[in-house]
Amino acid sequence: MIAALKNKNTYLKYIDSLRFALYCITHPLDGFWDLTHERRGTYAAANTILFLSLLVRVMKLRYTSFVFMRVYWEGINIFLYVASVAFPLAMFVVGNWGLTTLFDGKGRLGQVYMASCYAMTPYPLIQFPLMVFSNFVTVDEAEFYSVLSMLSLLWAAMLFIAAMGQIHEFGFAKNILFMFASLFAMLVIVFILLLFFSMISQGVAYFISMGKEIMFRL
Amino acid sequence: MKKIIRLIGALTLGTVVLATSSLGVLAAEKSYTYNYDYWGDVQDSPDVYTVTGVYTAEAFGLDINFRNPQGMFVKDNMIYICDTGNNRIVQIERIGTKQFEVARIFDSIQGDTDVKNLSGPTDIAVSEEGDIFISDNGNARIVKVDSDLNYLLQFNLPVDSTVSPDSTFQPSKIVIDTAGRVYCIATSINQGLCKYEADGTFSGFVGATRVTFDWMDYIWKKLATQEQRARMVSFVPTAYDNIYIDHEGFIYACAGGMEEKDLDSGAAAAIRKLNLMGNDILVQNGEYPAYGDLYWGKGGGYEGPSYFTDVTVFENDIYVCLDKNRGRLFGYDDQGNTVFCFGGNGNMDGYFRQPAAIEHMGHDLLVLDTLDCSITFFTPTEFGSLIYSAIEDFDAGDYEKSGESWKKVMALDGNYDLAYIGIGRSLLRQKQYREAMDYFELKYDEDNYSRAYKQYRKEWVEEHIVVIVIVILAAFLIPLSIGKVKSIRHEIDIADIFRA
Repeated sequence: MIAALKNKNTYLKYIDSLRFALYCITHPLDGFWDLTHERRGTYAAANTILFLSLLVRVMKLRYTSFVFMRVYWEGINIFLYVASVAFPLAMFVVGNWGLTTLFDGKGRLGQVYMASCYAMTPYPLIQFPLMVFSNFVTVDEAEFYSVLSMLSLLWAAMLFIAAMGQIHEFGFAKNILFMFASLFAMLVIVFILLLFFSMISQGVAYFISMGKEIMFRL
Repeated sequence: MKKIIRLIGALTLGTVVLATSSLGVLAAEKSYTYNYDYWGDVQDSPDVYTVTGVYTAEAFGLDINFRNPQGMFVKDNMIYICDTGNNRIVQIERIGTKQFEVARIFDSIQGDTDVKNLSGPTDIAVSEEGDIFISDNGNARIVKVDSDLNYLLQFNLPVDSTVSPDSTFQPSKIVIDTAGRVYCIATSINQGLCKYEADGTFSGFVGATRVTFDWMDYIWKKLATQEQRARMVSFVPTAYDNIYIDHEGFIYACAGGMEEKDLDSGAAAAIRKLNLMGNDILVQNGEYPAYGDLYWGKGGGYEGPSYFTDVTVFENDIYVCLDKNRGRLFGYDDQGNTVFCFGGNGNMDGYFRQPAAIEHMGHDLLVLDTLDCSITFFTPTEFGSLIYSAIEDFDAGDYEKSGESWKKVMALDGNYDLAYIGIGRSLLRQKQYREAMDYFELKYDEDNYSRAYKQYRKEWVEEHIVVIVIVILAAFLIPLSIGKVKSIRHEIDIADIFRA
């Protein structure tokens, strides 16, 4: 581990894989194929992109002009706000992997995660300059902001679809089908989690009340 | 809209923090005067009005107590009270802040008419010339008399194909315009206001409320048979509850009992400002529509939206609506922003049991309580007067003075949103764009902010035009020149003469 950190090539590889994200977003099919099959991507770069996306999302709260974003600060919990992106992402990765693995998907869990993170690249790339830009426009020019903002999301969504198709080596129709199936899988995961937590809390409550009862009788 | 944004925020974030803050909001409603901020949170406010006195018939020096008084009219210093239950009209003159003199009490009129005694008068209006119009409900007429109560004219049941000639005319509220035309609300007539020409002829209905209906009901109705349809509720316009004619001749009409969802979606309006054509021209630029309280939860035995039973309009275009559901007064400015909310149900001074009518005398407010048989007089506090002078100075074009007043308002109440926007607007007029932007930003006024920012940006560009040109030139020239230098160097490197 430490030896790897001392090796200059590690950093070169990291920088190179980070720059590869720019290639991916402009050449999605080719790029995401190479990402896993040619080992052009690294987890370090994927984590960086995810971190930047979350950071930009949180920074937007504070630094976007109030013309576009008004924040009811009393209602903001920063951890939940971050989780509102990170948690669905985690569910998507697990759900997608779990399904595709059963249907000849070639991507492994880590690769699904890596490709998902790479697909998010347009978000920080567009949203950060847009956040700065928002402070220099009036309501009359608000259209520029909303169009660009929408663009970043559409672009990322398109990349998501392309990425999944490439890493699992799916055809177009099968890929779309499994994107929807993944969304359904996410719902199932949420349902099971809810069930799990409510069961656990019921169970815990049972033992707590039993403990209380015993202490009361003693 | 913002309510929705907040709701989505609360749902996605689902925080405990929000839950506790909304508890705080409920606790804050104890304050007598309050206001809603940008987010719709209740903000306590200093009192805008204070009670100068609550006057019953006894306090005015009358022999018989009021019984079920319904209507009130104020002209200069004269207060006309329709003592409906006693079939009389009491005219009281206000000679000092707390001094009153009974000018006249009458229960009958003279002159060329068969029916001389009044019967359950519900409203009264007095023209500039001194002619008195009385909505003589029990006698099924609106009667016009001169200042000495001599019969002049009467207005009867509208002659219209939609009104059955056999039905009784039950006029409840009337207003008159400067040309002597009469607009009246009559019970069981919901086509709008009945409009009469000065000579007494009925000339049509104006300003019916929009018909609101449920899509589900509509579909059911389409599927139902003739007999079933007859038994269903029909979609009819809501009848108005009260009207007021302002100094410019526009009629403010309020209607209560709206469906909550219609108010929220904007399908129904609690208050409308009608022009001559009967179209609603009320400006609703406030953060929330002018329908009183924003939260309609059950509490203290009251539920549902505010029920506006009367409205009065000041000369500065601020209109005050009277909510008989929770006994509150809501003031809105000409843009539809909430200026103040205060009041409540109860027996203390400044609280009401069943308020029925509101009028103003200068900046003072008078509220008639049907059940309590009393009139409550309110006068603006220092805080209230500052707000009024700030608004009036701004309308008069004295922006600097208006800004000063708003600053004083802000010093008294830092949670008063209109003060920030007021200061901003006055700074904007004084061309202090940068400062104005800060004030607008604090209270999320994006339109005024953009107006200020546009000017500020223009000024900034004009001031820094030289720097901007240099930077743009540099951005082009430096890479160009670097390329040039490189190519020259390259040529030197490969040139034959330097080769050994």
